[in-house]
Amino acid sequence: MDVRAQVSVVFHLDKCIGCHTCSIACKNVWTDRKGAEYMWWNNVETKPGTGYPTAWENQEDYKGGWVKKGNSIELKGAGKLRAFKNIFHNPNLPTIDDYYEPWTYRYEDLFNSPEGDTQPVARPVSLLTGKFMEIKAGPNWDDDLSGSPDYARKDPNFKNLSQAEQEALFQVEKLVMFYLPRICNHCLNPACLAACPSGAIYKRGEDGVVLINQKKCRAWRMCVTACPYKKTYYNWSTGKSEKCILCYPRLETGQAPACMHSCVGRIRYLGMMLYDADLIHQFASADESKLLDLSREIILDPRDPKVIEEARKNGIHDSVIEYAQRSPVYRFVKEWGLALPLHPEYRTLPMLFYVPPLLPIMGMSEEGVYESLTEGLFTDIEQARLPIQYLASLFTAGNEGQIREVLKKMMAVRLYRREETVGDLGAEAVQKALKETGTSREQAEAIYRLTSLANFEERFVIPPSHREEAIVMLDTEFEKKGTGGFGFRMAVGRGL
Amino acid sequence: MKNYLLFVVFPYVAIALEVVVSLWRYIFRRHEFTSLSSEFLESKKLFWGSVPWHYGILAVLLGHLIGLLFPREVLLWNSVPIRLLILEVTGLTFGLMALVGIVLLIARRISDPRIRQVTSKVDVLVLAVLLVQVASGVAVAIGYRWGSSWYASALVPYLRGLFTFNPNVEFIAGMPTLVKVHVFTAFLIVAILPFTRLIHFLVVPVSYLWRSYQIVVWNYDRKKIRRASN
Repeated sequence: MDVRAQVSVVFHLDKCIGCHTCSIACKNVWTDRKGAEYMWWNNVETKPGTGYPTAWENQEDYKGGWVKKGNSIELKGAGKLRAFKNIFHNPNLPTIDDYYEPWTYRYEDLFNSPEGDTQPVARPVSLLTGKFMEIKAGPNWDDDLSGSPDYARKDPNFKNLSQAEQEALFQVEKLVMFYLPRICNHCLNPACLAACPSGAIYKRGEDGVVLINQKKCRAWRMCVTACPYKKTYYNWSTGKSEKCILCYPRLETGQAPACMHSCVGRIRYLGMMLYDADLIHQFASADESKLLDLSREIILDPRDPKVIEEARKNGIHDSVIEYAQRSPVYRFVKEWGLALPLHPEYRTLPMLFYVPPLLPIMGMSEEGVYESLTEGLFTDIEQARLPIQYLASLFTAGNEGQIREVLKKMMAVRLYRREETVGDLGAEAVQKALKETGTSREQAEAIYRLTSLANFEERFVIPPSHREEAIVMLDTEFEKKGTGGFGFRMAVGRGL
Repeated sequence: MKNYLLFVVFPYVAIALEVVVSLWRYIFRRHEFTSLSSEFLESKKLFWGSVPWHYGILAVLLGHLIGLLFPREVLLWNSVPIRLLILEVTGLTFGLMALVGIVLLIARRISDPRIRQVTSKVDVLVLAVLLVQVASGVAVAIGYRWGSSWYASALVPYLRGLFTFNPNVEFIAGMPTLVKVHVFTAFLIVAILPFTRLIHFLVVPVSYLWRSYQIVVWNYDRKKIRRASN
């Protein structure tokens, strides 16, 4: 057992209102620079929809992630031999048109235009070429456009839905959508890292954050191809790839990442988890049907004495273990089994988990008549407006049963709360729903509290980063005594 | 005297620049070591330029290197006319590939407004010098037959003299101007290489072939701690 710590995240999609505040917070802090304008380390997509970059889930085009080969795995569109074969031209690299051409407006024209018969306008100017341009796409161009022929219908997740089911979704009365916020998953088996010819990408041992060393990156761009979530971005101006850094400077000082801190719907939870690194390769190479279970199984119980002992052997600080025990992510993912990884079939073992949306609760439309009085309005998952198969394609590699399990549990909690506050369902019905999903009343209460009432400290359980002890472990502290603290390259001395 | 400056002094200056500046840049400004790829902005035209250019120029460079290291063997190979013809046609093919590639790359730089945004003055210099070098090489190959033989017997002694610190300018003094241009531009490329995007040539990521797929960096000495606790 090789116990390591991973800072991981849960997004509760039922609570996401699609306001993009997270994206703006991230953009203002990290990507408001030349060459990074088009990057959205955090973006929010409308589902069904094509997302950003356009149709990124279509791996037949983008060739991201890992594929199973025998008892092992290999990168779909990158890898050791392919890196050299494609080093002069990478056929699997998306271009900026797959994202969008970034632009600004000539605001100064509003003030400087000469007097005339017409109002001056601020024309859009390309941030690539500096020339006037016609805006054809943007970072959230399909926002709220569910049912639209250009976007929703091209969603790759429809592949397992019958034609009739698809058509039903596109009728105005039955239109349905939810929001999917995405950041880097800081995977346990990152494809971007494996694809980097320079070895510039690395996973931090102490907390599992995946970073790109800007000094080592040589612009071979294989990470952009390899990441199935398209969360590494190439900066066309600096010639370096960049990605979400999970705001590690904030984490190290005990603050939540900017996107999570600013989240209006309070959908985001962050905490430490312990996992067994010895199992990564074996689990990532498993059959597709087992991937979801295994990506939960790799996470260890932080209260297990054996796990604690092994964690200490690896130098994981007691406070990290303690914070892992209090992690809200562990509760959502392991204890309650409510949070699922996005596209586990990409085999990267993502460490960002989603509680699937129970909303919108369904109101059936029979022969064009919208009807919201059925008995099953609040209870019937099978009649959900969003086909179970669609959610399964996102979160369980196509397994409808696992999605149903999660939704039923969420529904049981909802019934439990309705009984508490309204009291019209009858204790028996609630007991039945809870029993069916294996949920105790205490657990239902805990799920409700963490979902609806959790305050800042409960949502973000960030352990101290102990950098001071890390230095002691690498050097003897006496070597640092009496130095200026600027490192060995810039010794502090008397000026010239 | 002019020959001595151009073909003895200048090559040494070029090589010195190459070594010193590359090392300086690698140690102090390592983030500048990048291929500065522009494929993200324009992919299709790049394919038709970059692929023939790189394969062509690498094969041609390899040919020059083989001639430099094994001149006797090359001459021996060329002693049978059909073998000479095979070698010359192969070399010329790769040379033409490189020429077509560089011309397409230059056309791409000029014509695409996005690519012009990421084109610096140094990039223009690099492309111009490379064009001169490849065009003069192809012209020499066509105009002064058979290059592979007289290169091995007449030019290699000059180059070997340079590398063994026993330079002899006589070997090059009588060469046609076109050949002189080709040799001089070669050292010019060596000289400007560390100042330009050509440095990506020095950091070909071969170590990727044997490194493990995943990399974990610890901010503490994990091995020491594991050893202590076992």
